[in-house]
Amino acid sequence: MKNSRIAAASIAAAAAFGLAACGSASNDSSGNSASSNSSSSSAAGASAGSSASSGSSAGGSATCFSGSLKSSGSTAQQNAINQAIAAYTQQCKGAKTSYTGSGSGQGITDFIGKQTDWAGSDSALDPAKGEPDKAKASCGSQAIDLPMVVGPIAVIYNLKGVGKLILTPQLTAKIFSGKITEWNNAEIAKANPGVKLPSQKISVFFRSEASGTSDNFSNFLNQTDKTDWPDQHSKQWTGKVGQGKKGSAGVGQAVSSTPGAIGYDEWSYAITNKLNMAEMDSGSGPVALTAESAGQAIAAAKVVGTGKDVSLAINYNTKAKGAYPIVLATYEIACLKYSNPTTAKNVKAFLTYLASDGFQGTLTQVGSAPLPKSIQQKVQESIAAIS
Amino acid sequence: MSSVTGASFTDETPGPEGEPPLRGDRASTGRLGDRLFGGMTRLAGGVVLAIVVLVGVFLVVRAIPALRANHADFFTSTEWSTSPLKFGIVQLLWTTVATSVIALVIAVPFSIAIALFLGFYAPRWLAQPAAAIIDLLAAVPSIVYGLWGAYIVAPQFAHVQSWIQDAFGWIPLFGRVPGISGGTTIFFVGVVLAIMILPIITALSREVFAQTPMTQREGAIALGATKWEMLRTTVLPFGRPGVISASMLGLGRALGETIAVMLILSTLPQGANWSWSLFNGGSTFASNIAANAPESISDTRQMGAYIAAGLVLFILTFVVNAIARIIIERRKAFSE
Repeated sequence: MKNSRIAAASIAAAAAFGLAACGSASNDSSGNSASSNSSSSSAAGASAGSSASSGSSAGGSATCFSGSLKSSGSTAQQNAINQAIAAYTQQCKGAKTSYTGSGSGQGITDFIGKQTDWAGSDSALDPAKGEPDKAKASCGSQAIDLPMVVGPIAVIYNLKGVGKLILTPQLTAKIFSGKITEWNNAEIAKANPGVKLPSQKISVFFRSEASGTSDNFSNFLNQTDKTDWPDQHSKQWTGKVGQGKKGSAGVGQAVSSTPGAIGYDEWSYAITNKLNMAEMDSGSGPVALTAESAGQAIAAAKVVGTGKDVSLAINYNTKAKGAYPIVLATYEIACLKYSNPTTAKNVKAFLTYLASDGFQGTLTQVGSAPLPKSIQQKVQESIAAIS
Repeated sequence: MSSVTGASFTDETPGPEGEPPLRGDRASTGRLGDRLFGGMTRLAGGVVLAIVVLVGVFLVVRAIPALRANHADFFTSTEWSTSPLKFGIVQLLWTTVATSVIALVIAVPFSIAIALFLGFYAPRWLAQPAAAIIDLLAAVPSIVYGLWGAYIVAPQFAHVQSWIQDAFGWIPLFGRVPGISGGTTIFFVGVVLAIMILPIITALSREVFAQTPMTQREGAIALGATKWEMLRTTVLPFGRPGVISASMLGLGRALGETIAVMLILSTLPQGANWSWSLFNGGSTFASNIAANAPESISDTRQMGAYIAAGLVLFILTFVVNAIARIIIERRKAFSE
């Protein structure tokens, strides 16, 4: 009994100390990441008063806030956001930012229910579900969609001896709908002159659970080839052939272990599983998936959001040269005006960091692509308007 | 002895001629400890009942709107689509029951054999550590079984499966299913589930076998029974209700297993042809809910579809346990 009392007292003391430490660092904006990495919180406190820096140096330094910021949503951008949080927290010791990868739907629900300060989502708020209105009611102002992390989707395959495979959107739709079942099909051969295609059955793999990746990939198929893929886009895969695997990792693993397999997966998983990725030929020559080619597709997208909203309509049919068309723009959803000014300041600080060159430049490390300049600028303007 | 609380243990057990047990004269001392303990047990019992009832009510209430809006027959459709709402449970029910039955068919004989070995054949120095190791199997989290099954064993198991398909493919249950590769089938999930429920059934069976009255066992041996005959005539009949209970516990785990199934089993594309083959893919109630419900949480109708599936699983578990109880009661009546 006595021991537990002592323990409780010491915890309380530690907590008080911790709070005090937070307090001392609260109005601190540490300069560059390298110095604050190694410095303790008291050292950071000592540097308080140095000029508030904002996104100037290459390390991706940020305007700091103190206190906590809660967010949840899309798993597609979870790696990117986690990386951002880690980098941001290194610079801003007082900032407690959390992101729960609970899925886009849950993220939006949490945001509307005021459980979180902002949401991550694979798609913009959907008027068909009444989400913009619900969010507006919850915010007391417009809720804005900000594209932030570009996640390309790779068409991955496993074919011995075929290091480079070119597919057109039509071929892709035919393979995933089961109209083409053999690798040495004449149409595939025509798109790949000089490549020796094996006589092998095509094993199609898809995501077994509802996912934004399936949603975007089926949207791509539907938009580019309505005859071979008549189904509307859907989070639940609606293809009629193949087998489902749990998660991006599951699909990646299945394709890498099954000869003759094809599947679609987030870029990062294709990289980590060392899988071959098909080049996509939308009419202006085959384009391999790179950060640049994915960015090209986003740059070619139309901004359909009104006001400060930057929702994008990605044109999967884009003929823009060097654009890899299967890209997924994931959004951060925030209120334009927050009832609590501190929350507004915190959200603004963190989102500003996300949209900064410093952070966007590191996105390729987690298999995402940075925003193209034109869109990035719009996003930064919108974030500046948050109050 | 009985003077303390007014009733003793012997008063409350049936007499040798089947007379009803003597009730205490209710002249409980009414001391604080008595009342406190009695109250606590009642509270615990009440809470657990209330939770079960509340879960049931919640499932029914949330499932009804989705069932009303359902465009397919809930009990006969093999489809599962939440937008538009067209969902039926046939495929889920088949996969759930098939995987669990395979698990039981494999695990129960194995467990009984292990329990008998540990209790009657193994030398003492081996029995105790071996039992501890088997208990350890029960402590392995199911995600570990899932990853191990999906990534390590399944590709190897594919060879076993293709051998079975070659040899017994003419039986519809073992027929070839085009498009499912890599051993990630109902059959393989059944095998993994068998490993997962093995320790539960083994541990409980071992306990009940050990309870066999020494007099019966010695009697059998005195009458000239061999060890096998002794086990068959005394230990096994005595332990049967216990083994059934243990199997039902295991079955409950197999029916409800989520993460391992989700990781291992290949799901089927929509509108896939119906097949009775155990070498097909599919999803169970639990794996389907876990995989897809999180994305539907914002839509009460879609969520309702998954809750309806959960309700069926709830009822299924309930029915299975009820059947087990009935069997056990019957056996008891015969064995006494």
